[in-house]
Amino acid sequence: MQTKPVIQLDAIHKTYHTGEVDVHAVRGISLEIFSGEFVAIMGSSGSGKSTLMNMIGALDRPTGGHYWLDGIDVSTLGRDALADVRNEKIGFVFQGFNLLSRTSAVENVEMPMLYHRHRIPAHEQQTRATAALELVGLGDRADHHPNQLSGGQQQRVAIARALVNRPSLLLADEPTGNLDSQTSIEIMGVFQKLNDQGITIIMVTHELDVARFTKRMVILRDGKIVTDEAVQNRSIGEKELLRLRQEQQAVKLAS
Amino acid sequence: MRIFASIKIAGRALRRNKMRSLLTMLGIIIGVGAVIGSVSLTTGATKQVENQVASLGENVITVFSGNFTSGAMRGGWGSAPTLTVDDAYAIALLPDVAAVSPEVRDREQILADGENWNTQVMGESPDYPQIVNRSIASGAMFTAQDVRSLAKSAIIGKTVVDELFPGENPLGQTLRIRDIPFQVVGVFAAKGFNLFGQDQDDIVVVPYSSHMHRITTRTFLNDILVEASSDKTIIQAQNEVSDLLSSRHRSKEPDFTVRNQADLMDRVSASSRVMGSLLAGVAAVSLIVGGIGIMNIMLVSVTERTREIGIRMAVGARAADILVQFLIEAVTLSAIGGSLGIIGGMTFSWLIAYFQHWPTVTPTVWIVVAFISSAVIGIISGFYPAWKASKLDPIDALRYE
Repeated sequence: MQTKPVIQLDAIHKTYHTGEVDVHAVRGISLEIFSGEFVAIMGSSGSGKSTLMNMIGALDRPTGGHYWLDGIDVSTLGRDALADVRNEKIGFVFQGFNLLSRTSAVENVEMPMLYHRHRIPAHEQQTRATAALELVGLGDRADHHPNQLSGGQQQRVAIARALVNRPSLLLADEPTGNLDSQTSIEIMGVFQKLNDQGITIIMVTHELDVARFTKRMVILRDGKIVTDEAVQNRSIGEKELLRLRQEQQAVKLAS
Repeated sequence: MRIFASIKIAGRALRRNKMRSLLTMLGIIIGVGAVIGSVSLTTGATKQVENQVASLGENVITVFSGNFTSGAMRGGWGSAPTLTVDDAYAIALLPDVAAVSPEVRDREQILADGENWNTQVMGESPDYPQIVNRSIASGAMFTAQDVRSLAKSAIIGKTVVDELFPGENPLGQTLRIRDIPFQVVGVFAAKGFNLFGQDQDDIVVVPYSSHMHRITTRTFLNDILVEASSDKTIIQAQNEVSDLLSSRHRSKEPDFTVRNQADLMDRVSASSRVMGSLLAGVAAVSLIVGGIGIMNIMLVSVTERTREIGIRMAVGARAADILVQFLIEAVTLSAIGGSLGIIGGMTFSWLIAYFQHWPTVTPTVWIVVAFISSAVIGIISGFYPAWKASKLDPIDALRYE
């Protein structure tokens, strides 16, 4: 089944020219990610994981090497073509949620459809946005504005937005960074559920606890891959949530 | 078509910031409102002046006799005895002349029934009402026969009626001019004050022959009123009159002056042109100020919404989408502002017309001009901020705090 990779990185380099010093942020990364995978990209700050993430997300182009996304050589595309790739192939989830304020959840979710190359009729936008919100368990909050939603709920809206154009890849950048531990586990549970439905997910994080929810861990250091292995003793969202509740219960009983 | 999506997005963005949108529009609203309001007022005033000029008589040419010069002293227009009744008869035969009235004017003390009043007594031909666009309210104009017989008939204005025959029917009454009894045979319909503030109803009109032989014993005319056959032949008629009089008088220097109503009309429209260009200047300045307001807010808005731009780019907005979105926001602001300004300006001029009884007219062309120029201002002032937004790098924009 895993004949063709969704993502194929071939000796990717990225050098920033800032002033007189060249910063070599990514130094020759080759990586293949197949459909249905759930990958955590880890590394300390300065390891090049954000740069790699930007390139995988078609926000930036490598200065060397090639990047195929769904068979398209993204590394040669122009600005507009990159925008179309982001629109159709990639769904983004950010640390800070990045929802439009004073805009209802359903309108936030509709946004990527407004930029689709082919015009999507208004009623279809509505249906798809509502369906995406239901998928992340927020069907009843469609008309709420971000300031009326909790952090976890906002991140769920962001996930719904990322999914609404049916991308080949869901890209999450520290998606639990702004959330408390219980909400983090809930969100990871959402990701696991989506992955179980066949959605490919790549997630950048520096927390091992969070990375343990994924299936494969890629660790970077100084712009190179140092570890690439399957996750042992994988955490499961529902189980972890149960364990957390028991612990909280125990703390209450003790006090 | 992504343009529809951009319109939708821009609409949502403007609705999200209602107060700011309104304040931004205010510059354009006030600018356009002021333009429409003042244009309405001046157009109304100009129209009224034009109507008054037209009411002096259409297609009228006035021939004044030359100025009397004695040594170094020069008299005014009509001071030299150069125009005669025969001149007027000759003019009446010209092809492009429809009617002629030899005119003699004099101020006289008039007595009637124990009352007296000082007024302008004019000697005219029976064509006078037609030439100067006046109608007879009651009675009738004297006839050509009356002119030949030096009839003692008079047509009087409403002011004279009020002063000499208050509360009476003036028709058939007698008034005395230099002790000569004249019978009132007609009353002019009231016309009010003219452009120069003269009461046009404060007159007594008698046959010019009666005036010249019975009242003043003059042999020359003050001027001759000539009506051209149509507004197209007025210049032609004027030339014919000039040529005719030159050959009749055989003088080296023309001893008469010919003027037409079109000259006065030209002067009136020249002054309204000056007014118009003044207004256009004010309009341009206020619209530019409004446009600067929009550009300012759009620039602030782009900076403030850098993150939003980043998000939009991340989910697939192209640079052109961002450009169009911000352009549409600017144009929407200025177009709605312009529309509100037009409504405001028209309401203002309507209120003035209603409460001050000042005639106001809002020319359609100015409404169109105001709307289009506010939209153009929107495009111009929105372009730089929109272009700036579209050039943002999505990664930098997403990281922007």
